[in-house]
Amino acid sequence: MSPLVQGAITIFVGVFGCVGYFYAANLLLDKVIYPAKGPNIGRNINRANAIRPWLFLLPAILALSIYLVYPVIGSLIRSMYNRAGNEFIGLGNYTSLAGDPEFQTALINNALWALVVPAAATFFGLVVAQLTDRLSWGNIAKSLIFMPMAISFVGASLIWKFVYAGDPDIGIINAIRDGMGLDPLDPLQLPFWNNFFLMVILVWIQTGFAMVILSAALRGVPEDTIEAAIIDGAGPFRVFFRIKVPQIMGTIVVVWTTITILVLKVFDIVYTMTGGNFGTEILPSYMMSFMFRDDGRATAVAVVIMIVVLPVMIWNIRQAQKEMR
Amino acid sequence: MDNIAGQNNALKWAVNISVLILVIAWLIPTVGLFVSSFRDRDQITASGWWVAPFSVELTYRTRGDADPRQEGDLWIVEGNIFESAEVAAEFTSGEAQITGFGILGREPAAYAPGEEVETRDGGMLTVNADGSYVYTSEEDPGSGPRVYFAAETPPNFTLDNYRTILTSDGMDRAFINTLTVTIPATIIPILIAAFAAYALAWMDFPGRGLLIACVVGLLVVPLQLALVPLLNLHNQIGIGQSFVGIWLAHTGFGLPLAVYLLRNYMVGLPRDIIESAKVDGATDFQIFLKIILPLSFPALASFAIFQFLWTWNDLLVAKVFLPSDEASRVMTVTIADDLLGSRGGDWGILATAAFVSIAVPLLVFFTMQRYLVRGLLAGSVK
Repeated sequence: MSPLVQGAITIFVGVFGCVGYFYAANLLLDKVIYPAKGPNIGRNINRANAIRPWLFLLPAILALSIYLVYPVIGSLIRSMYNRAGNEFIGLGNYTSLAGDPEFQTALINNALWALVVPAAATFFGLVVAQLTDRLSWGNIAKSLIFMPMAISFVGASLIWKFVYAGDPDIGIINAIRDGMGLDPLDPLQLPFWNNFFLMVILVWIQTGFAMVILSAALRGVPEDTIEAAIIDGAGPFRVFFRIKVPQIMGTIVVVWTTITILVLKVFDIVYTMTGGNFGTEILPSYMMSFMFRDDGRATAVAVVIMIVVLPVMIWNIRQAQKEMR
Repeated sequence: MDNIAGQNNALKWAVNISVLILVIAWLIPTVGLFVSSFRDRDQITASGWWVAPFSVELTYRTRGDADPRQEGDLWIVEGNIFESAEVAAEFTSGEAQITGFGILGREPAAYAPGEEVETRDGGMLTVNADGSYVYTSEEDPGSGPRVYFAAETPPNFTLDNYRTILTSDGMDRAFINTLTVTIPATIIPILIAAFAAYALAWMDFPGRGLLIACVVGLLVVPLQLALVPLLNLHNQIGIGQSFVGIWLAHTGFGLPLAVYLLRNYMVGLPRDIIESAKVDGATDFQIFLKIILPLSFPALASFAIFQFLWTWNDLLVAKVFLPSDEASRVMTVTIADDLLGSRGGDWGILATAAFVSIAVPLLVFFTMQRYLVRGLLAGSVK
């Protein structure tokens, strides 16, 4: 059966299955289990209403537990077993990871990524958001800077492969070096600095995201605070740094953490550009080198990633709870 | 606000110019890819895409194929090198100029046009700037001379790369596969999430706050954790690596964002409408279908765009949950695992492959940007 037909059937089954489930479950609840008639009508309606939320939630809860909750626990357990999965070795995978120089490189690089990319993307996003704010063609400019958001990491990597190419007739960087009389070099093989060349790609993608959110936040800054500052004689730079930025600090933090989480998950760029060679390994790409070969080690790396993300997760939950109150 | 104090002309110019520089810097890489995808292979290796509109000096190898004729005791071959069979297809416009010619492959442009050169079999060869050549020999040469030459070639924009990519290298198949993965993986989570979001937004039950907190927490669970256990689960229940598996996986991974976005939106809907519907005797199911769902269209659209872009652009989930054979590869996998290896040096093909893979997301992006922005604003935890 061709995958397309299979896909059409899946859409059909999925959509009608969902609608059918919700409809039938409601009908069952209202007409058969707790019918809104007879001697106990009041009690029946109350009971039906107490159960209904769970009917609505059931598919989502099922999917979330199987596809996100179970794997967290499953990975944690699996990471304590050996490669074949039949012998419990406790923290064995973790200790062998800790002894692997490749893992240490990945950890250090990941820390670099998590520091540099959110900072740079937030900074550029803020700058663009402020600069385009009162520009007549600001929306076009924003739209163009936002565009890389739509491009896959693989596509973006290919795009930047052209920029970084060693041949001065292909790579614009080496063309500029050539014009200045310098020898061509491969930016992706420069030890240590190649990490930053890879980060540029993610910054290029994520700046648009930061810009969109910060631009909305800047628009939300009350006009009277800005006017008051201008009347008091503050120049445009002071208005920006002393009045606007402090008022949108909350949003800046959100943008920063959101990009940080993303950075910790992205493996595509390193995988496509260098394959983790030349000292550019990061945790997600390091994990993929064990995928399909050693499930124990792979899950151990995944758990390490999870531990790194955990503080952000807790902070997010706290924020969400504060907001609900 | 345009003429408030503290805004002067110089500053305005500085702002305009710096935004322009930023926009250009952001566009250059994509433009380079786009231009390269329309250039032919020889031109790409001979000059950078930034000079694509200008002619470029390329070297060619051909054989003068006019018929030899005898004059006295000399044999003469005379014709135009641009019209010889081996290169005629490259020079159809008739503007090309010879910049040098040669008789050896390793020195293709050793002599200036118009010079007379002795070939290895003892004949004399002259090639002029306009491509006309004369070859004289004392014996019957049988055929014309082997000629190498360099010529200023006008830019040659073709769709050949697109033709190659869409007919070979499995990209056509991969395109369809990507579509097959993306559409069900976008539609199914929306429905499931919409019901759940309604329950979390408008129904009162114990444990609601906890559930919302769980959803927020699950938003940031790294996908990496899910890979090994879920693949094993899929193998155990017989799904294995298949399209069904990847649809389920994308559905599960997309749900937290879907529930979160939709709940945030639904909470903001006016309470009056929902309560008056309840007073009129509408059940929750009816309220959801007839009131909430139509009103939530902007949020549904936002999430649909997110999920579409995410599944279309995904490499990780496709690598793990789909079989790695050519018949079920998606575009990202084809590019990263196949083309980069087998076509590593063929920049035109790579550019075209990348452009084919990003064309649909870009189209979606530019037509539905409004919803995307709205979704981003709602989705970032405030």
